[in-house]
Amino acid sequence: MSNEKQIQNKTPKKLRKFDTKVQLLKYKVLREVARHAYNDTLLESFNDIAKVIVKQKTPTMRCCIYKERAIVGERIKIATGGDKKNPNIIEVIDIACDGCPEGGYTVTEDCRGCIAHRCEDVCKRGAITFDEHQKAHIDKDKCVNCGQCAKVCPYTAIANHKRPCERACKIKAISTDEETRAAKIDYSKCISCGACVYQCPFGAIDDKSFILDVINMLKGSDNNNRYKTYAVVAPSISSQFSYAKIGQIIAGIKKIGFYSVVEAALGADMVAYSEAKELAEKGFLTSSCCPAFVNYIHKSFPTMVDKISHNLSPMGAIAKYIKDTDPTAKIVFIGPCTAKKMEIQQEPVKQYVDSVITFEELQAIIDSRDIDVTELEEDVLDNASYFGRIFARSGGLADAVTQALKEQGVPEEEFKLNAVSCDGIEECKKALLKASKNVLPNNFIEGMACVGGCIGGAGCLTHGDKDKRQVDAYGQEAYEKTIKDSIAALEKIGNRKIDE
Amino acid sequence: MKVYVCVGSSCHLKGSYDIINLMKENIAKNGLEDTVELSGAFCLGKCTEGVSIKVEDEVICGVSKENFNEIFDKYILKK
Repeated sequence: MSNEKQIQNKTPKKLRKFDTKVQLLKYKVLREVARHAYNDTLLESFNDIAKVIVKQKTPTMRCCIYKERAIVGERIKIATGGDKKNPNIIEVIDIACDGCPEGGYTVTEDCRGCIAHRCEDVCKRGAITFDEHQKAHIDKDKCVNCGQCAKVCPYTAIANHKRPCERACKIKAISTDEETRAAKIDYSKCISCGACVYQCPFGAIDDKSFILDVINMLKGSDNNNRYKTYAVVAPSISSQFSYAKIGQIIAGIKKIGFYSVVEAALGADMVAYSEAKELAEKGFLTSSCCPAFVNYIHKSFPTMVDKISHNLSPMGAIAKYIKDTDPTAKIVFIGPCTAKKMEIQQEPVKQYVDSVITFEELQAIIDSRDIDVTELEEDVLDNASYFGRIFARSGGLADAVTQALKEQGVPEEEFKLNAVSCDGIEECKKALLKASKNVLPNNFIEGMACVGGCIGGAGCLTHGDKDKRQVDAYGQEAYEKTIKDSIAALEKIGNRKIDE
Repeated sequence: MKVYVCVGSSCHLKGSYDIINLMKENIAKNGLEDTVELSGAFCLGKCTEGVSIKVEDEVICGVSKENFNEIFDKYILKK
């Protein structure tokens, strides 16, 4: 065998689908649940699924295979809709939580016992003491975890032992349950962004899945004869499923039973156009596209609620449009977002979107049908403009609103856009704090709860640096180059206007 | 009379927006604003034969700028 041949054989046939093994585990559960749901064998197979996923005799994840199977059982519960009494989308699987140490700031071995003692000087609480070797120690009774000592240490010898979930949750909705020591979510704060879901190394926090609703919807449509099921896909799809072409994924979505696939980006075009109008009228707005950001305003900045744009999210806007043209339509949003699952529980979106699944869940459903999308003929997906498509990344919405103002010919003396694009919920918080005190110099807050925008969403298969470029490239492929071109024809249909 | 023009991906790429514009123009030219209700549809199930339109319950495929007048005449004006 030649060298070349050997190398070829070593290269995996398909690129890796997920970032982490936790995602892979979650995916396997979803896939098996979907498989049994299609075969109508879910009820009797509940216990078998755990054995399919933990089939070996020695444990690979936990203390024993029985605990592993018990946890898979909990995962199945969440994959089939989770705790019905708890409306929050994100749930902790108590028995899966490893109860990570939560030491806060601790001095590590790297402390050299220097003379400067910057840590001591900066500590306002007098929590730093030194032993006979001049090495620092932190008095836990006095320490408030402000982190100043860690910042000034020239050897970065002070580390913050924070649980990954708490570290991921920038809005501080996660704490430790006093009794069980497991992670606990404060539902009055949680915005369902899913950051903790993606970050927990033990997969102990999960987003509820509604794949059963979707599978039942597809089955009940009788091959789209009784009613039609539409998939509305988020533009971030362009950075996902890197092992196949987008057209093949679209073909796959139709193959599992969807009647048609429509770009949420067309809804984004509609939103950009009417948001620009609303903004020029009111003079100050926050965006309304990101459900986690909107939920954050409701929960933590209630005085700012009237500043949220009155537009539906792109998902809501396009779904409303489809239901106007086909009133019996069922609509499923497919995207990177766990918070969208929360958005559709609320008015007014509730009536337009029937269910939400993530890219992870889509992959699981496709694979449960044993469909190899790389073998499918490419289908097409084209409804939106460049600007609607770049909503998927941070800064895209502000670019689109700039474009819409230009296309609408709003003179600068009348309204000049000064947008702040908040990349991640921490930046959103800063901007909202300033705005609530009337000291924000900007007149438009583009709020995206996930870092990077939707392409950083918890329901994405992969999260990478190249994702933003892929979204932009996909945007460039759009048939319509301006927002007006994209929605003008739709505006002409019927006698309704898009923003009504 | 209800007339749908498909704006699904396939038809969109084949120029359904041009057809909508023509449709709008011709409806106005013939003073049919009150009798014809124009609407969009995301897919009429004939993706390979687009642009598709639907007049009442009948799906008509392969509509283009070239044959538009003929089709408008046959399916909309004469009914």
